[in-house]
Amino acid sequence: MAQDVGTPILQAPPAEGANDQHMVLNMGPQHPSTHGVLRLVLEIDGEIIVRLYPEIGYLHTGIEKTCEAKFYQQVVPLTDRVDYLGPMANNLCYCLAVEKLLQLEIPARAQWIRVLLTELTRLNSHLIWLGTHAMDIGALTVFLYTFREREDILRIFEAVSGQRMMTSYFRVGGLSMEPPLDLFDRIQGFINTFPEKIDEYSNLLTGNPIFINRLKGVGYLSAEDAIALAVTGPPMRASGVDFDLRRDMPYSSYEKFQFKVPTSKDGDCWARYTVRLEEMRESIKIIQQALDGMPGGPIKADAPKIVLPDREKMKTQMEALIHHFKIVTEGFAVPAGEVYQGIESGHGQMGYYVVSDGTAKPYRVHMRYPSFATLQALETMCKGRMLADVVAVIGSIDIVLGEIDR
Amino acid sequence: MSVSPQNTFVGKAAVLDGMPEHPAIKAVVAWNPDALTDARFDRGELTLTVAPESIVEACSIVQTAGYNFFEDVTAVDWFPSEPRFQLSYHILSHAYKERIRLRVMLDGNNPTIASITPVWAGANYYEREVFDLFGVRFEGHPNLRRIMMPDDWTGHPLRKDYPVEGYR
Repeated sequence: MAQDVGTPILQAPPAEGANDQHMVLNMGPQHPSTHGVLRLVLEIDGEIIVRLYPEIGYLHTGIEKTCEAKFYQQVVPLTDRVDYLGPMANNLCYCLAVEKLLQLEIPARAQWIRVLLTELTRLNSHLIWLGTHAMDIGALTVFLYTFREREDILRIFEAVSGQRMMTSYFRVGGLSMEPPLDLFDRIQGFINTFPEKIDEYSNLLTGNPIFINRLKGVGYLSAEDAIALAVTGPPMRASGVDFDLRRDMPYSSYEKFQFKVPTSKDGDCWARYTVRLEEMRESIKIIQQALDGMPGGPIKADAPKIVLPDREKMKTQMEALIHHFKIVTEGFAVPAGEVYQGIESGHGQMGYYVVSDGTAKPYRVHMRYPSFATLQALETMCKGRMLADVVAVIGSIDIVLGEIDR
Repeated sequence: MSVSPQNTFVGKAAVLDGMPEHPAIKAVVAWNPDALTDARFDRGELTLTVAPESIVEACSIVQTAGYNFFEDVTAVDWFPSEPRFQLSYHILSHAYKERIRLRVMLDGNNPTIASITPVWAGANYYEREVFDLFGVRFEGHPNLRRIMMPDDWTGHPLRKDYPVEGYR
């Protein structure tokens, strides 16, 4: 089947109007500004990009295939590793999909804690984007600042789940355990100071003439192209398409929160920068509302055959022990059917398509990740621009290779 | 739209009967009711099964009907039953704030279908991924090459007859 071997840009006839002066340049996969293992094959005329061809798959681990061999609850830790900068968002999307298959009712407290932590995840993801984006362009300082705050978020994750990055805190049917007593105070302490920190980043970058020159007017993407190329999230909203799944198709009780969806009409790297910065401020508002209105009650659904019992119950009640044993050894059967659940992650619209054949293992798990589609738009954004702009554009679209290659 | 997600409609007749005002169903019925071979409304999600030869037309019909955003296409391998491959196209409407699924069943022997890249250019990478991991060919695709696996790889890893550990 693999009749086309080799990279087509190297074999294809030269582009229209090209002459012998075109050069093919290989960028990556070990290039510091490619955010992992992205390889770009560039056809350049002097310093102008004529064609650009992303070559991906270096991080392909076959996670979708692995999921088919696991019980439903065993897939949760695998999802952490897909978009490794937004673990809670991955967990949430998968759990929502399976809960939709099971038609489980999730208690309000669990839903609110999920919203709270997913927004913290978005901050985490945006902080890494901001640090690395500025660093690519040559502003090294910002990276140190954003990683200082990211450390605080990772400490909160560690407090809540025991892990800094691979949290696996959301489980099918709720949360893995009750959060520690001082967690909400810690998060409150963090968001009390965080708006000043955003101002600090903004002071470093927004008025910086080098940063402005590198971003303004660079990497233009029109609203039509964004929709045609399936681009989602901040890059789409920076092109003027006003759509956010959290507001327009709410999940996990997002409909109870008040927040704005920042957009811009410019469609360039600068617009993507401002949109994400605004999004961080909106996330803080959501976190504040979640802290203020946090409901009480259980954190797990009342479904003893699906949700693991509390440790205490397991050691004192016969039925709980039996359920625990059955879930761990045999998993739980999920009614046959297919669902698609989309959420808004830090990078855009994430989606899990889960097909069940009625057994305890998923028949098929497909992950739709935003960076995969955003990468398609890279050529549109870079064509006709300078070689150095490619670095700025890659930074501004905020891709994570783990979620592209899966 | 106004139909509660608690409802379940199985089969073409039940869906056409139960939700005749749905914009996607209306558009498809107005275009060619015979192209719609099956339908299902389950867990709040609408699935329309269309004949493989009319997928491109069906996509442009729902696109005109307001389902403007292509979100995802993937396959499910129902090996060993026939037709073996199910393609699921997830299409989102920004206006209706709703998603539909177009579904196509393909034969296991030389599965081929027309590419929908003329309708949504963004299907490019997704179709390449399905080709790479399932071996479904997309006719008219601008660059149908492997995307995840190396170019000289043998087999299509997400097929059910491909072992999880790979061939040793």
